Amino acid sequence: MAEYSAFSLLKNALSGNKDWKPAWRKPDPKASYDVIVIGGGGHGLSTAYYLAKEHGITNVAVLEKGWLGSGNVGRNTTAVRSNYLLPSNTRFYEHSMKLWENLSHDLNYNVMFSQRGCLNLAHTPAQFDDYARRGNAMRHLGVDAELMTVDQIKRLVPALDVSGSARFPVIGGLMQRRAGSARHDAVAWGYARGADRRGVDIIENCEVTGFLRDGDRITGVSTTRGEIRARKVALAVAGSTGRVMQLAGIDKMPIESHVLQAFVSESLKPIIDTILTFGMGHFYISQSDKGGLVYGGDLDGYNSYAQRGSLPIVDEVMSEMLALFPGLARVRMLRSWGGLCDMTMDGSPIITTGPLPGMYLNCGWCYGGFKATPASGFCFAWTIAKGEPHELNAPFTLDRFYRGLFIDDKGQGATPRLH
Amino acid sequence: MLITCPYCGPRDVIEFAYQGDGNRERPQPASQDLDAWNAYVYDRLNPAGDHNEIWQHAGGCRAHIRVVRNTLTHEISSTAFAHGGHRSATRHKTEAKS
Repeated sequence: MAEYSAFSLLKNALSGNKDWKPAWRKPDPKASYDVIVIGGGGHGLSTAYYLAKEHGITNVAVLEKGWLGSGNVGRNTTAVRSNYLLPSNTRFYEHSMKLWENLSHDLNYNVMFSQRGCLNLAHTPAQFDDYARRGNAMRHLGVDAELMTVDQIKRLVPALDVSGSARFPVIGGLMQRRAGSARHDAVAWGYARGADRRGVDIIENCEVTGFLRDGDRITGVSTTRGEIRARKVALAVAGSTGRVMQLAGIDKMPIESHVLQAFVSESLKPIIDTILTFGMGHFYISQSDKGGLVYGGDLDGYNSYAQRGSLPIVDEVMSEMLALFPGLARVRMLRSWGGLCDMTMDGSPIITTGPLPGMYLNCGWCYGGFKATPASGFCFAWTIAKGEPHELNAPFTLDRFYRGLFIDDKGQGATPRLH
Repeated sequence: MLITCPYCGPRDVIEFAYQGDGNRERPQPASQDLDAWNAYVYDRLNPAGDHNEIWQHAGGCRAHIRVVRNTLTHEISSTAFAHGGHRSATRHKTEAKS
């Protein structure tokens, strides 16, 4: 398979772009593999990639029920950041950030990673103090963070209403300049190509319909394309975790599936050169390279497997946007979509061995799975290859809830709907 | 989405507050059964299909109601008072008269 390079671009341009090869093969499933990864989204593909690259395990199949990237990896708002408070989260997401910074080079695939920064707005003195605390916690662990004054924010985002007459006046903010965004489809395609060229079989339109067992032990899966055996079965199915775990006979988990909506406006000239989050409600906005404003807000708030949202949240998100940017009142919304979020009870993910023998579980990404894609795959691959967690994902176990060791970055207790 | 409150009738979803999985059973307050408490606080049924859940008509009569809703289609097949019978409705009406 050809490398992408200036030379290959030129060569293919001169030959009318007729000779590009598909980025990954379309193999039929084999009877057995060393590892099956269920879920061909960002996390599943990056897991397969790092299994092959870091651990030399290439007899791997990634099973995707639809087409590659049809799930959450294409249903997010592409934000990448590592501005967390608690050390276990900060270390994990900072590792992810470092992988992001080298990802296009590593994959030989342009994921359009753009470090345009992420700014959290503060609207009360207490909130500003809280951001100062979080910024200090980040800097203690070597992550960049800086407090910004209203004047600095006004210069950075001129369209933002920072006047005293705003509905929620801005009094400052916390900026992580190394944060940014990446093209989500390219992330999926780049990992798929990287895994494929190392020998991983990526099998699309292959839905898992059950698990093969030997006593308690999981020994493979039955799928719409036949039975496939494997020594290790790894789940990375994000919002569908509840549904797939039910197939394995586990119907209760510390997880609820919710839908999160996102929106894109018509294209505008550049007005926001950062990712901005609103501190008084739940709203975030950035501008894509094509010019569309990409924004979203809260979960719909009740269990859902429907990949679409409801109107009350549309109403709420739009009013929050106008509280920040009154000048956008006449900008038209182009489209909206919903992604499934498997919300855990502490807002932090689960990457673990088990819960059944032969099974490995990667889930519970809540709102924030996209930014974790590289580190999630890296740590999950380590866990699968060695049968024990990497030090970065050791805290993210399933039994942390029962042992009182939950990682509650927002400090809002055991509830799946606030994080 | 319209939810039919057994007391007030069909109302828009924005009047309601979601309280989650209606299958969880709270252990007796004096219980020292850690597994039961853990299950109550953390574990949830998370089905793709009919889901038995509790809502509160927070912007209305404030009754807690049990709703069976399909998580794929948002179709609601039944609603009832959360704690059975019509006790809260009866009490509400009696108080209103006196």
